[in-house]
Amino acid sequence: MMPDLGKYAEAVLSSYALSIMLIAGLVAVSLIRARRVRKELQGIERKAKTNG
Amino acid sequence: MSSIWEYANPKKFIETTDRILPALAVLTGVALLLGLIWGFFLTPDDFRQGSTVKIVFLHVPSALMAINAWLMMLVASLIWIVRRHHVSALAARAAAPVGLVMTMIALLTGAIWGQPMWGTWWAWDPRLTSFLILFLFYLGYIALWAAIENDDTAADLTAILCLVGSVFALLSRYAVNFWNQGLHQGASLSVKSGERMDMTYKLPLYVCMAGFVLLFVVLVLIRTGTEIRARRMRVLLARERMGA
Repeated sequence: MMPDLGKYAEAVLSSYALSIMLIAGLVAVSLIRARRVRKELQGIERKAKTNG
Repeated sequence: MSSIWEYANPKKFIETTDRILPALAVLTGVALLLGLIWGFFLTPDDFRQGSTVKIVFLHVPSALMAINAWLMMLVASLIWIVRRHHVSALAARAAAPVGLVMTMIALLTGAIWGQPMWGTWWAWDPRLTSFLILFLFYLGYIALWAAIENDDTAADLTAILCLVGSVFALLSRYAVNFWNQGLHQGASLSVKSGERMDMTYKLPLYVCMAGFVLLFVVLVLIRTGTEIRARRMRVLLARERMGA
């Protein structure tokens, strides 16, 4: 049940849409980089161990 | 009793954060969903501002975190300057993009809210202007970290920039009190008597604020862990190059 936002619907909805997009983007970028760096470090550590 | 400085050890920091992050992430999701759903769907329109009052549930928590993220970076930078703990410098670096996004949300929602209420998207009002300068400081801080190759030099220089920027972080908070002019109202929430906000809005706002604080903590912990790993990676690669 969507509340009746009246004449300000555009302002309210665009505020929520923009904010949610920015937060979701930040979370996604943080998680993707965390996973990539973790993986790369594991590879380098494994290689360093093998090389002694 | 264990000391807080134990967590300055990168290994201990990562072990601890890996353990607590899942629970913290769930708590963050619950607080944000609860606060935003409560605020958006279950609060009535304001008699003057109509439905735009619902923007407060994004605008106030993001503005709060925009300022407090910089203050957290200030504390972390001071710890770096005084005690030279790498984790604190990396935590400050990790917090900057989170603070930048919070500042962007505060500026954008403020502009969208201001248009129907004040009749303008932007005014060179003390609070708005100091927030814009804070936004530019965030950009400068992130750019400075990226521009300097040596981690310790970057940490030193960004720590100094952070000290300077703190003036604007504080101005963003108190600009309305310092200069009694401009369009922006004073604090929405205050411990002083003569409250401006009804409980109908205040309760979901508190939940949203808790959600944004938790979101900040979770993201900074994740990103600090990433910075620690990235730094270790750079050290190992440098060692490998020297050995080759």
